[in-house]
Amino acid sequence: MQGPDIQLFVTCLVDTMAPEVGRASVNALEATGRTVGFPEGQSCCGQPAFNVGLWDMAREMAAHTLDVLDGTEGPIVVPSGSCAEMLIHHYPALFAETDRKEQASRVSERTVELTRYLTSQPEAPAASCDGCEVAYHYSCHGLRGLGLAETADQLLEGVDRVELEGDTECCGFGGLFSVEMPSVSTAIMDDKLDKVETSGATMLVGSDVSCLMHMEGGLRRRGSDIEVKHIAELLEPGDA
Amino acid sequence: MPEPVTFLGRATALVGTHEASAIEMGARTLLKKRDRAAAEFPVMEEMRDRARAIRLHALSNLDRLLGHFADRAEEAGVNVHFAADAEEASATVARILEETGSRLVVKSKSMVSEEIELNEHLEASEIEVVETDLGEFIVQLAGDTPSHIIAPVLHMMRQDVGRLFEEKLGVAYTEDPTELNQIAREHLREKFLQADAGISGVNIAVAETGSVILVTNEGNGRLTTTAPRVHIALMGMERIVSRWEDAAVVLEVLARSATGQRLSVYTNVVTGPRREGEPDGPEQVHVVVIDNGRSEVLAGGTAEILACIRCGACLNACPVFRSVGGHAYGTVYSGPVGSVVTPGLHGMEPWWELPYASTLCGACEEVCPVRIQIPSMLLQLRAQAAEGGRLPGWLEKGMSRYTQTAVSPKKWARAKRWASLLSAPISSKGWIRHLPGPGRGWTDSRDLPRPAKESFTDWWRSNRGS
Repeated sequence: MQGPDIQLFVTCLVDTMAPEVGRASVNALEATGRTVGFPEGQSCCGQPAFNVGLWDMAREMAAHTLDVLDGTEGPIVVPSGSCAEMLIHHYPALFAETDRKEQASRVSERTVELTRYLTSQPEAPAASCDGCEVAYHYSCHGLRGLGLAETADQLLEGVDRVELEGDTECCGFGGLFSVEMPSVSTAIMDDKLDKVETSGATMLVGSDVSCLMHMEGGLRRRGSDIEVKHIAELLEPGDA
Repeated sequence: MPEPVTFLGRATALVGTHEASAIEMGARTLLKKRDRAAAEFPVMEEMRDRARAIRLHALSNLDRLLGHFADRAEEAGVNVHFAADAEEASATVARILEETGSRLVVKSKSMVSEEIELNEHLEASEIEVVETDLGEFIVQLAGDTPSHIIAPVLHMMRQDVGRLFEEKLGVAYTEDPTELNQIAREHLREKFLQADAGISGVNIAVAETGSVILVTNEGNGRLTTTAPRVHIALMGMERIVSRWEDAAVVLEVLARSATGQRLSVYTNVVTGPRREGEPDGPEQVHVVVIDNGRSEVLAGGTAEILACIRCGACLNACPVFRSVGGHAYGTVYSGPVGSVVTPGLHGMEPWWELPYASTLCGACEEVCPVRIQIPSMLLQLRAQAAEGGRLPGWLEKGMSRYTQTAVSPKKWARAKRWASLLSAPISSKGWIRHLPGPGRGWTDSRDLPRPAKESFTDWWRSNRGS
């Protein structure tokens, strides 16, 4: 029996906090004419443990993820630059001197971030959003870790965009940094949100749920009515 | 109130202050200048690659290069001293000053002298030390510490400097930068003329000729190294390159990355003391080559950080640094580079927290003229800190429970249901405003979305599952 063309690694945050982004990703991927699979048993890639230095725990979660993904076929698409980077760059490093080395490199080679995958397809869906003024935030790991910038620009070609000052600067989230060093995280976020608010945007869009959750939480606390969306949510046909 | 003892404590106290806004403004200005200079230099990227190769080559041949340097420098009449640690370095300087009967010392900017706390050491031996770099002069006058490795008073606005000069130097208040500069100049000129010895840092040492290069914008470096009878140059032992060709490449990227200049105003080269027939220059030149923990760093996983050419670009690019400034780091080398250097030179205790003072956004590596992989080194140091059991208990225990949950699909499914249920009473319209315990770190400034009632996995099972 023929399996699905692509595998979705949806990430723990999308699974638990933003399932709508997962559904939108499925729709966008299917719009390219491919079939989508969702490997059972997936949870967290281990990045939170990796980034705080608890590498044994990171390895445990990464090993679990490798086992879930390695038995499947086709590109592994991740709707997050940060988690994609974890699989692509850090898995091979974490398992460099272990018997999972080959497995990590197989999975790393198959992994691709959502906007990159979509723009590599002949029938890439286009974003639409009637009446929106969109400010786009380029999340750090996707931007600097995976070199993603044009992919989102390309998908957003049909959308009215406003210029967001400092749109390639960190939003201050930083994973557990946001909880460990809340004062600094908030100071960076405030600078970012000031710029979002003065940009004239009605909607803030990004491609990492983590950074978006942080900024949306900040905007809500400010009482702002600027909407926050993952780019996949703009790609849904008829979602405008 | 006692000084906060942690990065977080100091940083929290600094957020939103006048000092922090001065830093934000100053760092952004420097970064813009850097970006413009890099964009205008067609071979910037290639020069960065070359500078990186040169610096890494120097690090892997450090013993040999230092040996060459010492031989050539001694041939040129320089006294070369090696100091294993801060104490030995300061003692060496003190001894030279004593032997040469020096009581008044002028100094040009030297971060390594801050690192070894030279001023405190010398002042204890009743030697008058006068900082002559404008920024360092202001810092000294204010009894403060530098807040940036190349711009020591980035945390002060010119109005602050005007008030300081009025108070400490008894001059009329002005906030005009030219006038402020003139006031400092007049004050310092006398010191230069009277000084017995000049102490400088070293930006680059060149092994093939035993020369040291000093880069300044104010000319104080030149006066410090030529006017007094004795010149003592302090250098971290990694500050070396093989050849002049190499030094030229480093200079190409140094000023551009630091201040956006093509070249600093003064590039001063010292190769030995005054020779016969020369009209000026010191009678004695000493170079003190300082280890102070560098050998250990060189042998470890963060050796590459010693390739740093101290331009400060990573500080300006860092969102954490820009929000709080150098004083938050509690040590001489701040920002991303400092968070790697400091635990390396001075040990994880009490500096293990510094590698966590980063969002790992990667902006530092993006601007680093020698492309040091700072984020990956921060991660390595975090792993060392965590392995050493330094993380707060809630974090380590919490992560352990999270891990056990994540690797078991059953536990993962159950945890998601519980999270959704337990969050119901504390959320309103899908958002949580207050979390207890460490979660407060989030909800003090941000709302948190309530975990979904139907996870993506559940949705997939009901709608797409076979």
